[in-house]
Amino acid sequence: MKYEKLLTAAFQSLAKNGMRSFLTMLGIIIGVAAVIIMVAVGEGAQLAIKRQIAALGSSLLIIFPNTVSHMGVSQGAGSLNQLTLDDVERLRRESLYLRDISAVAMAWGHIIGGGNNWMTGVQGVDANYTQIRDWRVVQGAFFTEEDVKTRNKVCVLGKTVVDNLFPGQDPVGALVRIRSVPFKVIGVLAKKGQSSTGNDQDDIILSPTTTVLYRLKGGQNINLIMASAVSDARIPAAQQEIRMILRESHRLHLGEEDDFTVRNQAEITDTAAEASRTLTILLGSIAGVSLVVGGIGIMNIMLVSVTERTREIGLRMALGARSRDILSQFLIEAVSLSLLGGIIGIAISFATAYLLNLYSNFEAVLLPQTILLAVAFSAAVGIFFGFYPARRASQLNPIEALRYE
Amino acid sequence: MARVIETKDLTKTYKAGEIEIPALQGINFQLDSGEFVAIMGASGSGKSTLMNILGCLDYPTSGDYYLDGVKINDLNRNALADIRNRKIGFVFQGFNLLSRTTALENVALPLLYDRGKQVEDYRHRARETLEAVGLTDRMHHVPSQLSGGQQQRVAIARALVMKPSLILADEPTGNLDSRTSHEVMEVLKDLNGRGVTIILVTHEKDIAAYARRVVEMRDGRIVHEWTN
Repeated sequence: MKYEKLLTAAFQSLAKNGMRSFLTMLGIIIGVAAVIIMVAVGEGAQLAIKRQIAALGSSLLIIFPNTVSHMGVSQGAGSLNQLTLDDVERLRRESLYLRDISAVAMAWGHIIGGGNNWMTGVQGVDANYTQIRDWRVVQGAFFTEEDVKTRNKVCVLGKTVVDNLFPGQDPVGALVRIRSVPFKVIGVLAKKGQSSTGNDQDDIILSPTTTVLYRLKGGQNINLIMASAVSDARIPAAQQEIRMILRESHRLHLGEEDDFTVRNQAEITDTAAEASRTLTILLGSIAGVSLVVGGIGIMNIMLVSVTERTREIGLRMALGARSRDILSQFLIEAVSLSLLGGIIGIAISFATAYLLNLYSNFEAVLLPQTILLAVAFSAAVGIFFGFYPARRASQLNPIEALRYE
Repeated sequence: MARVIETKDLTKTYKAGEIEIPALQGINFQLDSGEFVAIMGASGSGKSTLMNILGCLDYPTSGDYYLDGVKINDLNRNALADIRNRKIGFVFQGFNLLSRTTALENVALPLLYDRGKQVEDYRHRARETLEAVGLTDRMHHVPSQLSGGQQQRVAIARALVMKPSLILADEPTGNLDSRTSHEVMEVLKDLNGRGVTIILVTHEKDIAAYARRVVEMRDGRIVHEWTN
């Protein structure tokens, strides 16, 4: 009963100076809204990353060469390219835990087709690539092992390439020139959309590994090896196996470091998600600074309020208020300010999240723990920054306070 | 006739660094229930200091103060606050009403600190106290909508709301014109007629004339006493 009275009294007193109360709350409102939105966007990004990587295909393993480090000095990107088709052959022959293996050889090229031209990357992959990447062909067909064997000049286009070279047409059967080499289009890939790193995954041309290697890229070295493990449970075993086979293939002695790296999907997800999480925390903290500023604003205004109401405090004491009553009165006012500001901030963050999800590429995910944390923080800010002014009020001498002009 | 106040050799000395200022020197004062006493004196006579001690806002340096038989000197600050709440009603020169707050809410303010749950129905008590000073029709007005005399009457009602042992009025007419002053004094006289014990502190002779007993102070001592 008493607390209900105190709360009503606090709100009445805040309402008396409505404009001032609102301006004081503004710091908290902005702070809370900012923190929640930052964290929500960060959570959304993490979720998107996890989803994107899950869409790569399960049990996925990626092998890429390391930049060579000669006596501790990195030789730079030009020193990679030690993975070869031989390595892929070996893995195919000797591994027990790998289901599908595909080499990936990349080339960058000027594409002419359908009367238009375009610049994009061409990836040379094996016939089983669609299984490894879980990527369907929606028009035409994918190339076959026969195509790989014969280094057939065929290719499959991604949606973006089709839109740029053959807008509104069916490109299957058409001819394109990749770096002046003629290729026949035999299929169109399903749309994949944007990757978690912002790349357009549909801006791609796939062609047989051998074709790209011998007709476009040159040399023996491939860029990546992609493989799928026989099952999720076998992933660690598969990774070990790859290391063993490749070390032998590369004739690495004991003590020599791997000149390649094997990563599984979980590791890739974790790395990406971790970076995103760090960013989220950083952004959230920066936004949190505005909460502190809001708290300082509250303390400032409460100090002013206490000074202005010195006579009122003296009066209340004369009427029977104890120090503790005065302390709790002003503390409750401060906490009411901060909590109310927090609630408004939460409401604004809801609205902003809704708009973001509707009109932008950002995805904002509002978790209940974020909201709870925001409420707790608002209250804490009110208590922490309201305490000093409230204490000063409670320690006033009633006789002097009553005489205050 | 109960003895409300009894002081024995009350002194108050203020220390300003090295210098000691004797504000009260050996005050022996008695007040019985139902009395209407005026304490008169020029500024510096010690009347405000005496009022602060009688009102339990301050401790004496030495001497005893008994209020309703309870020795006040021994009580701590929190206990003093309770005594002020239950037994003493203040009326100030500057009214000291809360702005933007209705008359009814102003009168009810002491009830907020009614720790002992003395009063059962707060709203009822506040309302009937306002009736006693004749301001029922202004119940929901805020101070800015009330005249000076009406504001002081609200303050008097506030002082009465806890049914205290005594009313302490400090220059209650200081901010009022002469006609309103007499109206307010009539209210106090009427209340006294109904049994309310009143101490009035003033420096004006014609305001002190409303009281039945007058005590005159000078230089921290009671120098003269008479009845009207």
